[in-house]
Amino acid sequence: MQRIIPIIVCFIFGAFMLVQFFVPHRVSVSAYQTVLDWMQIIFVFTLLVGVISYVKLSSKKITRTQSGWGYNLIGLAGLVVMVIFGFWKGTGERTPFLWMFNTIQAPMQSTMFSLLAFFVASAAYRGFRARSWEAGLLLLVAVIVMLGRVPLGSFISHWIPDSANWILNTPSMAAKRGLYIGIGLGTISTSLRIILGIERTYLGKK
Amino acid sequence: MTSPFNFLAYEQPFFCEIMRIHDLKFLFFLLLFLVFLFTFSPAYPQNPVHLKAVDTPNDKGESITLALEGLSEDPAISEYEIWRATDMDENFQLVAKVSSKETTYIDTGVKDGIRYSYLLKYRKGADVLVSPITGPVISRGQWFHTQRVNVLLGVIISFIFILGFVRYAKKAKKLYIRPISGLQAIDDAIGRATEMGKPILYSAGLGKMDRVATMASMNILSSVAEKTAEYNTPLIFPNYDPVVMTTAQEVVKEACSRAGHPEAYHPDNIFFVTQSQFGYAAAVDGIMTRQLPATNMFLGTFEAEALILAETGNSIGAFQIAGTDSTIQLAFFIVACDYTLIGEELFVASGYLSQDKQVLGSIKGQDWLKVVIVFLILLGGVAGILGFNKIIEFFNVG
Repeated sequence: MQRIIPIIVCFIFGAFMLVQFFVPHRVSVSAYQTVLDWMQIIFVFTLLVGVISYVKLSSKKITRTQSGWGYNLIGLAGLVVMVIFGFWKGTGERTPFLWMFNTIQAPMQSTMFSLLAFFVASAAYRGFRARSWEAGLLLLVAVIVMLGRVPLGSFISHWIPDSANWILNTPSMAAKRGLYIGIGLGTISTSLRIILGIERTYLGKK
Repeated sequence: MTSPFNFLAYEQPFFCEIMRIHDLKFLFFLLLFLVFLFTFSPAYPQNPVHLKAVDTPNDKGESITLALEGLSEDPAISEYEIWRATDMDENFQLVAKVSSKETTYIDTGVKDGIRYSYLLKYRKGADVLVSPITGPVISRGQWFHTQRVNVLLGVIISFIFILGFVRYAKKAKKLYIRPISGLQAIDDAIGRATEMGKPILYSAGLGKMDRVATMASMNILSSVAEKTAEYNTPLIFPNYDPVVMTTAQEVVKEACSRAGHPEAYHPDNIFFVTQSQFGYAAAVDGIMTRQLPATNMFLGTFEAEALILAETGNSIGAFQIAGTDSTIQLAFFIVACDYTLIGEELFVASGYLSQDKQVLGSIKGQDWLKVVIVFLILLGGVAGILGFNKIIEFFNVG
């Protein structure tokens, strides 16, 4: 029963989602919206599961002073302080919650995002090393595309931005579409296996 | 030769002199010309504004689409008013005002099953002009989206192929699937971590359980966890989504039991981190730099954090296997990881690793569907060249 019920639930909702795509009637739209609403409701409760997991794990690390427990202490303190101020003073304008979000969390997120620029440079350096003729070709194409995206390319010759556009719109797009077709078919096949209960590994069973 | 109209010369000499009608053919063309002038002459004005009302097709109901035809861009007409009446109440009421640039108006203020009539009113100077009444029209919700027949056909064909091959696979002795280097490397990756005495870090990225890529990731996790349990290698799995976390815990627990080492399951190693994208990236980067895993596996849905994770993993010298359905992030994984599962390879992983006949059959069906798609692409190309636009239009999705 522990396995059969999830498979039945999966089949019913999977089949419903498939059918509703072809049925524009109000009954179908409203049922679909109800399912989406329930997903949101369930998500909020599952977030609680996540928070409990985080608090339990962090508390354990702090009490046992395991390696890196200081990070857990800061993380846990942040969680508690944000929750307290959120409930106490609210989350609107001119509240400590929003102030902490805007001046602590948002800059930290931006800092992480900005790291991407440096990582792109290092990854590009590795990717474009001309060790074989394929890598050399990749380097050449990359140079054309990069130059074609900046004003310098147009300044040198109008052929550079034109070539860059052709590379992006023709061979690159063809390769992307090949990937999309493969991904689409893989998605259909995996979904069908899950809906019909052929694939049950996600339930923990092979 | 005497013309049959020569008598005019005697009775109406002046007229005949001007027109010089000497031929029957000429008279015929003159008549045609007069008919033409009479039909298209502005001296006989038609009401130029016309309204067409139809039940909005392929919708949930409570909607009528109005086609506004012949609206003039005359600056003297500032706007057009759409008026509506029902059979029950024949008094027309103003519904909306539109400019002359509009060609359609969708009236969503109607109810299903009621007969509605429409007319258009506009002012030109001091005159109030009214279009003919159109209707009655009844709004209804449709039970089938007629512009998605092609999708339905595609789904049916896909189902026939996939289920047909699943059925075939049950009877077949062996099904060949081409070697996928990224999946073959999983054994080496686990072996490396075991020899080095270091953990394996697994991440499903930002995907939730409603993503097929996350489902595929869970399928791979099952095989990975079974092997790590066998070799007693720690498996760390920081999570972005709590549902993925609980699913992963269940998958790993079952895999450990299947391997005969239930004690190898440590729920604390599969934990929730945060729902913030870059917060998650920071946490996983921190875990990588502190615990120095021998192997990183990034399998699932990834966005901008993909390169941050993969480059950090690369900097600590970890052996990395990645796979995602995001084509943009694939390029980053290819340059930063040792092996990358490209696109569909992620979805076939569970069948490849488990060698389950039914799953392998569905993969075969998927491959034959590719052949069908290649044929359709060629057909579309030929149809486009020959100008058979109907064939091309058939593939448009509404």
